[in-house]
Amino acid sequence: MPTIEFQLNGTATAVDADPDQALLDVLRGRLGVTGPHFGCGAGECGACHVMVDDRAIASCDMPMWSVAGKDVVTVEGLGTAEQPHPLQRAFISEQAMQCGYCVSGILISAAALLMHNPSPTEAEVRAALDRNLCRCGSHNRMVRAVLRAASQMATS
Amino acid sequence: MMTPPPAPKLPISLTANPRLSSWVRFTGEGRVAISPGKVEIGQGIVTALAQIAADELEVDMSRIEMIRASTATSPNEGVTSGSLSIQQSGRALRHVCAEVRQRFLVAASERLGVDAARLEVNDGMISGPGNVRTSYWELAGDVSLDHDATAGAIAKSAVKRAVAGHSVERIDIPDKVFARPRFIHDAALPGLLHGRVLRPDISGARLVALDEDAARAIPGLVAIARDGGFAGVVSDSEAAAEAALNALRKRATWSGGEPLPDEDDLAGFLRCQPAQTTIIDTRTTAATRQHARTLRRQYTRPYIAHASIAPSCAIAQWDGDRIHVWTHSQGVYLLRTDLAIVLKLPAENIVVEHVEGAGCYGHNAADDVALDAVLLAKAASGRQVRVQWSRHDEMSHAPFGAAMAIEIEADLDEDNEIIGWRHAIWSNGHAARPGRAAQPALLGATEIANPYPRMISTNPPAANGGGGDRNSVPLYDLPAWTITSHRLLTMPVRTSALRTLGAQGNVFAIESLLDEIAALRGEDPIAFRLRHLRDERAKDVIRAAARRAAWKPQRRSGTGHGVGFARYKNTGAYCAAIAEIEGTDEIRVKRLTLAIDVGETINPDGVVNQIEGGAIQATSWVLKERVRFDGTRITSTSWTDYPILTFTEVPAVDVEIIQRPEVEPVGAGEAAHGPVTAAIANAVHDCLGVRVRDLPITRDRIIAAMELAS
Repeated sequence: MPTIEFQLNGTATAVDADPDQALLDVLRGRLGVTGPHFGCGAGECGACHVMVDDRAIASCDMPMWSVAGKDVVTVEGLGTAEQPHPLQRAFISEQAMQCGYCVSGILISAAALLMHNPSPTEAEVRAALDRNLCRCGSHNRMVRAVLRAASQMATS
Repeated sequence: MMTPPPAPKLPISLTANPRLSSWVRFTGEGRVAISPGKVEIGQGIVTALAQIAADELEVDMSRIEMIRASTATSPNEGVTSGSLSIQQSGRALRHVCAEVRQRFLVAASERLGVDAARLEVNDGMISGPGNVRTSYWELAGDVSLDHDATAGAIAKSAVKRAVAGHSVERIDIPDKVFARPRFIHDAALPGLLHGRVLRPDISGARLVALDEDAARAIPGLVAIARDGGFAGVVSDSEAAAEAALNALRKRATWSGGEPLPDEDDLAGFLRCQPAQTTIIDTRTTAATRQHARTLRRQYTRPYIAHASIAPSCAIAQWDGDRIHVWTHSQGVYLLRTDLAIVLKLPAENIVVEHVEGAGCYGHNAADDVALDAVLLAKAASGRQVRVQWSRHDEMSHAPFGAAMAIEIEADLDEDNEIIGWRHAIWSNGHAARPGRAAQPALLGATEIANPYPRMISTNPPAANGGGGDRNSVPLYDLPAWTITSHRLLTMPVRTSALRTLGAQGNVFAIESLLDEIAALRGEDPIAFRLRHLRDERAKDVIRAAARRAAWKPQRRSGTGHGVGFARYKNTGAYCAAIAEIEGTDEIRVKRLTLAIDVGETINPDGVVNQIEGGAIQATSWVLKERVRFDGTRITSTSWTDYPILTFTEVPAVDVEIIQRPEVEPVGAGEAAHGPVTAAIANAVHDCLGVRVRDLPITRDRIIAAMELAS
């Protein structure tokens, strides 16, 4: 199996992997990074979203060969309890979830949006999150949280 | 002679589990362990229960550790369902904690030589005049909680509660935001193996032959488990297990199968099946008004998938003839009962422990996958095996919410006032949960050698809110009615509990027809409802929603407004909803305005969160959701084939809580679905002038209704 090298949450990472294996499998399996969640395996729900070179993508159908040399960021790379990302703080402030299974993917989609568009409108937030499914109906809280984080990032 | 007051009664969960120490323990380092039998399913219950405990014990929330339910240690509170957790677990914990506080005050009084009435508790520290003090933790050795609860304990009055009644942040949310493993899916256990189960595409088909050679050649394979028609693989990684399963699937031979009904004629199917017929309720009043006409209307709702974002998952491990199961089941004891039947082992040999999963919204595959894990782990020589279903299986093999056909005949007088009302329901039962019958309800049990038959769903008794008949008895003061339930005795599509059971369908039907009758009379639909209600709490939520939505907003072309109301189960939360929609053939719900009365509100933001979520999920059911099938198989097995509401389609949701701190609290989780469904349907009529009586309200259904009307 070839060695595939990429940046994972800012750390140089090398794994021996089948080039066709999905990034999500490698993250959750060998690398023990369980923030990205399996939801459908077909890129239809967004629970497995990670950022690859600043874009939110579904890691469940992204083959390892396409990650070589790229910069991969999972929810673990956004922030920690000690140093939270503004989005993480805002999701707590807005209590923006019920079960929370979809949240790690949604945080990634939102983070990618704010990198490209630091002050999005509500409609732009909704459009950016439209590939992420939430079954509990916490959408509006999450949209409020993203807008809150954007305004905090603008003033800080 | 005066009758003595009735003896005070213990809350129901406490009658079943009276031992104080099973609920509360003071642990080292100033901590309190609270051990409810109810489980977190994303509804925020552990936080609400912690609030209740913190209040009654007078300790800071941060001292409380909520223990996950386990058959090894927890009180048996049955299943976490039916919006009953606050009613059952909350009342029990309030009572237990009040009694524990009193016992400690008595002990403190003895130690400090101060009358108990002069002592006070502040964050677990007990102090009195003269600066004497001790604490729960100092006294813990002196005060045994291995006593049964007594009926006399008195909880704080509403005005003295400092935590319950306030919005506190949920204790599970930081883990979820920072991706600290909390879901069973993320459990990192050394040496964990991964299993997958082979299931047929054809509904009800049985595995008759399997060539295992190709699967055995897949690297990482640990075992292939076979038990009659049950087959699965165990491998050292998820990817290896998937590969082995694919290899097995290619060499599997299936036989038989059960034909599925015509998905375009659900009412025709439901109404011609053998059924158990029950009169749910009748009311008669001497007729004083003359019958002029009868409106007869039929309403249907399709099978609806739970469609959890996470596929169901479980972990199991055998140690000799003892088994440990980790599960996101809603009822750890009930699951254990069924596992014991299938495995022919004493229940005591099995420990079933809860770990959080994604929101389930009822009886999904959580219990099925637990048996799968147990059967696969049996072949894994004592190692832990984690089994996760595929999206495909989650959408096709898990139980669905039952399809319903509802016919209401309303007898009207000359003025179109209602003088008679007959409501009939045709539906499969709405509950086939584990642990309640002599036979198991688990999918794997129907596949093993010497299989059990598929359990035909039944309905909970009316005293527990009923099933298909839930919310079928009008809360309105109509002069006469007959409510009849026809529960199907066949079940080609597997059904069990989905959020609200039959309430969503019944409220949709009742509230749609009331709207139609009000329109026939030329009467405002809210005025019409208020005129037929005697319950002031019911009227209050309707008035509050109307006020908040500025009812009735001026009619604009291409928009519509509608109202819906119900008291969940007729005994639970009151909820009124007003929908604003727009559209010509494709409907868009713009705004939902709701008012809710759950009695005492333990965590107001938690209640709002539940109502918002319920309203949005109901909107998704109404506009989009329908399990699809052809003659032999379920075809809606992906998010493409079973779409749900997305971020750009979600309406604004505005919720007002009517606070009643003096009234016993009830749950909020299922209150919104029925009212929101009806409000949207009534808004569609307001907007387009047609009544769509078959859910979901799609473009095709609207066009069909328009063609029928023209």
